Amino acid sequence: MKHETKKLGAPKAVAPKPALRRFHQARWDEPIIFELSVAGQRGVLPPEPEAAVVEAAGDVFDNLPESLKRKSAPALPEMSQLHVLRHYARLSQENLGVDLNVDVGQGTCTMKYSPKVNDQLARSHKLTDLHPLQPLSTVQGILEVMYKLEGMLKEISGMDHVTLQPGAGSAAIYANVAMIRAYHEARGEGGQRTEVITTSFSHPSNGAAAKVAGYKIITLPPDADGYPDFEALKAAVSERTAALLITNPEDTGIFNPRIEEFVNLVHSVGGLCSYDQANANGILGITRARDAGFDVCHFNLHKTFSTPHACGGPAAGACGVTKEVAPFLPTPTVEFDGEKYYLDFNRPQSVGKIRPWYGVAPNLLRAYAWIMSLGADGLREVAEIAALNNNYLMHNVLKIRGVSAPYAKGKRRVEQVRYSWEQLTNDTGVHSEEIGFRVADFGSHYWLSHHPFVVPEPMTLEPTESYSREDLDEYARILNHIAEEAYTNPEILHTAPHNSTIHKIDQESFDDPDAWAVTWRAYQRKLKK
Amino acid sequence: MTKKPIVYPYIPNSAPAVKEAMLKAVNANSVEDFYADIPDSIRFKGRLNLPEPFLSETALVRHVEGLLSKNQSTRETLSFLGAGCSQHYVPAVCDEVNSRGEFLTAYAGEPYEDHGRFQALFEYESMMGELLNMDVVNVPVYDGFQSTSTALRMAGRITGRTVALLPATVMPDKLSKIRDYLKPDMQVELVAFDEATGLLDLNALKQQINAETAAVFIENPSYLGFLETQAEEIGKIAHASGALFVVGVDPISLGVINPPVEYGGDIVCGDIQPLGIHMHYGGGHAGFIASKDDERIVMEYPSRLFGVATTSVEGEYGFGDVAYERTSFAVREEGKEWVGTAAALWGITAGVYLALMGPQGMEDLGRGIMQRLRYAVRKLNQVSGVKTRFSVTPHFKEFVVDFNQTGKTVAQVNQALLEKGIFGGKDLSAEFPSLGQCALYCVTEVHTQADLDTLAKAIAEATK
Repeated sequence: MKHETKKLGAPKAVAPKPALRRFHQARWDEPIIFELSVAGQRGVLPPEPEAAVVEAAGDVFDNLPESLKRKSAPALPEMSQLHVLRHYARLSQENLGVDLNVDVGQGTCTMKYSPKVNDQLARSHKLTDLHPLQPLSTVQGILEVMYKLEGMLKEISGMDHVTLQPGAGSAAIYANVAMIRAYHEARGEGGQRTEVITTSFSHPSNGAAAKVAGYKIITLPPDADGYPDFEALKAAVSERTAALLITNPEDTGIFNPRIEEFVNLVHSVGGLCSYDQANANGILGITRARDAGFDVCHFNLHKTFSTPHACGGPAAGACGVTKEVAPFLPTPTVEFDGEKYYLDFNRPQSVGKIRPWYGVAPNLLRAYAWIMSLGADGLREVAEIAALNNNYLMHNVLKIRGVSAPYAKGKRRVEQVRYSWEQLTNDTGVHSEEIGFRVADFGSHYWLSHHPFVVPEPMTLEPTESYSREDLDEYARILNHIAEEAYTNPEILHTAPHNSTIHKIDQESFDDPDAWAVTWRAYQRKLKK
Repeated sequence: MTKKPIVYPYIPNSAPAVKEAMLKAVNANSVEDFYADIPDSIRFKGRLNLPEPFLSETALVRHVEGLLSKNQSTRETLSFLGAGCSQHYVPAVCDEVNSRGEFLTAYAGEPYEDHGRFQALFEYESMMGELLNMDVVNVPVYDGFQSTSTALRMAGRITGRTVALLPATVMPDKLSKIRDYLKPDMQVELVAFDEATGLLDLNALKQQINAETAAVFIENPSYLGFLETQAEEIGKIAHASGALFVVGVDPISLGVINPPVEYGGDIVCGDIQPLGIHMHYGGGHAGFIASKDDERIVMEYPSRLFGVATTSVEGEYGFGDVAYERTSFAVREEGKEWVGTAAALWGITAGVYLALMGPQGMEDLGRGIMQRLRYAVRKLNQVSGVKTRFSVTPHFKEFVVDFNQTGKTVAQVNQALLEKGIFGGKDLSAEFPSLGQCALYCVTEVHTQADLDTLAKAIAEATK
């Protein structure tokens, strides 16, 4: 049969894209993995030992006491390989990473592009399949990477020594506090120095990790301009002060210009100063920890130095210290004798181990490769564009109805801004959290900021160097649209999200011991009750 | 001629025209305007002294691959190294899933736009729960050192007591971490072990335990590879004194070895690196903590605990944080220890591993490892002067080889093995001087009969 075709003469024009993305997240309606189990299915087959091995071994359970013999196989799902893969591939599609979204809404976390080439390099079996106890002659490559990365971070921070052992940022904070504690103990002042001072706008782990290390925590509130209150610091310092743990710029994005006075005041009473450089992205090559007089500092390599955030780790932390604090660095250190790289375990004053072995090697390799792809000028460009992007986005966000940037009115910010929707909440009853849910409807991520909410109805945006002007414009358009909705149709926000994988979660069970369920087995058990 | 400005591929707005337009849009003369608050006294004036960069990807790859080529991996050799970081086969699907950008480049997303991450981690918790027969498992912490340290601190908070009793066979590095981490609030005391069997000295334990004991900790298998066959009795001794019984396990053993809850374990901890995660030169660790669903214990976890819930739509699962108010995210230093970025993707990976293995896979794998170990032990004991220690006690995947009667040091033996392309076991002579010249060997499913025969032959030659 002949097919009749209609003559158009020209292709039909596609209308321009609307200002807002008509996004809908994947909704695979995927069951819990146990519900996919089919008795007898196999995902991988472990290699069977050879017959001679089996025969020689005999009954390997014959000398196990009954109490150590497993009575029934673990009730894991039984699935074919494709079905395991498909389940996780679908779950991955119900997730937004930097690869997919304009991830500026997770302020303080420095969401940036993690170059794929570095992932490829980190997947080499020459790294993945190294054992940490191999003879040094067989691991010279990775030791060289670690040694040189330490050297580059020394230059970037101005510090004398660097350790790459901590597993992430909070672990690095803890390592710094442990070194500070050891420093004071070595000087016979361990018993006297019982207090650590931090600030409201520093990461919560500063206070929390120092408390684990045995310190009483004093938190400086912000002054009227948003800076940590210097008068409060004056009142707080004493011969009991072990250290000041401070971020700069803080999570407000405001650089504290009196930081040297803070450091000097703490030094004057014999305390040390630790610089949480989680927010270093906007100041690489602009100002350094050492220049402001800090004794120790730390970087989050998964933030500033581009290693992927991996749904919350593995990450990597790096601590920089002055030579006075160096004897207390975790063991071992990576050294070079002019010919070969080696690990130095002979460190009598060391705080010992912060984690097994020497650090999160794949991320150390990625951070090394990232710096080597940019160099001094590139790092400076990272900082400057991060600051430019931030001020550009702030300029546009502050045009939106109901939002403000508390403190330091009219001043520039460095790499992020903590905004407040207080006005919008007062006007409309819509909360920052609901704005976040609605942002998800347009294919982006939005995070509520750290507790406690010193800034009411907070939103923290950190547009790193990775985002284009159009990305920033898009994010501002989304926020503007949502703010308008709040004023005209708040119900759409109260019921958000609408285009997400799932709908409104019933939160009540999470705080009720009879209803919460951290595992599928607990859920099944509690349902039956 | 002026130098052409570099437009960096990772920095879209480094294109000069864009930069200019954006500066203009915000009424800035230059980027210096954004740094006006930084006093001149702390401005870094020079250019960072860093190596010249490899601006092209191809040059970067050549450089980094050049460095990596100086490494020799365990795929190119025959390795018997373990000591808490072990060479297991990593199924391809594990690497496939954790390489997906949707997971790899996401962070601490919310339960709506990162539903996938929450579900995958809830499923990880749940599959670990089946392996451990326990109802509560945390989102991973950094590593097994951390999970053990935190489990002991949890026991301290739950009991209101201050002493943790540990077997003297704990890995010294791990002990260093535990001592440091517990130091302000708890003391660590070691309990002697029997030199012949490796097992805990129960008389010593009974003498040391008292009303200050918060936790009795054992490892199953121990650092030195043997299984603590008195575990049930140790648990009873702990409970009789009102202490918690905290047990460290290698999760890959649990297809065949009873999970600790079955012999009295209250809190179980360990490292999930064996479950589908490459060794990464020691960078592939992640720690788990598990317990019964007892509110008294649950409220002492510092970690995130993802729970399942209903949503406004029938048949839909949602996820969220259980008892969030315990965490430092919610209440800073008033929370339990701290929580932060740790090792979530390794948790997802371990979940993939357990789903691939299934019950049969875990059982087959566990039995196969124990068979290979017995074969290796038998072969090595046939070598003149070489004997394995603690042989009367059952083992899982690691064991101690004693070279004292060979007249050779472990260092000498390992050097001779290295020349044959073999990484011999970890030298224990510094960590456990009382053992003299002993080494810790690890055998897993990656080893074939031929590998084990090669090892025995090489050791025979090295100790001749």
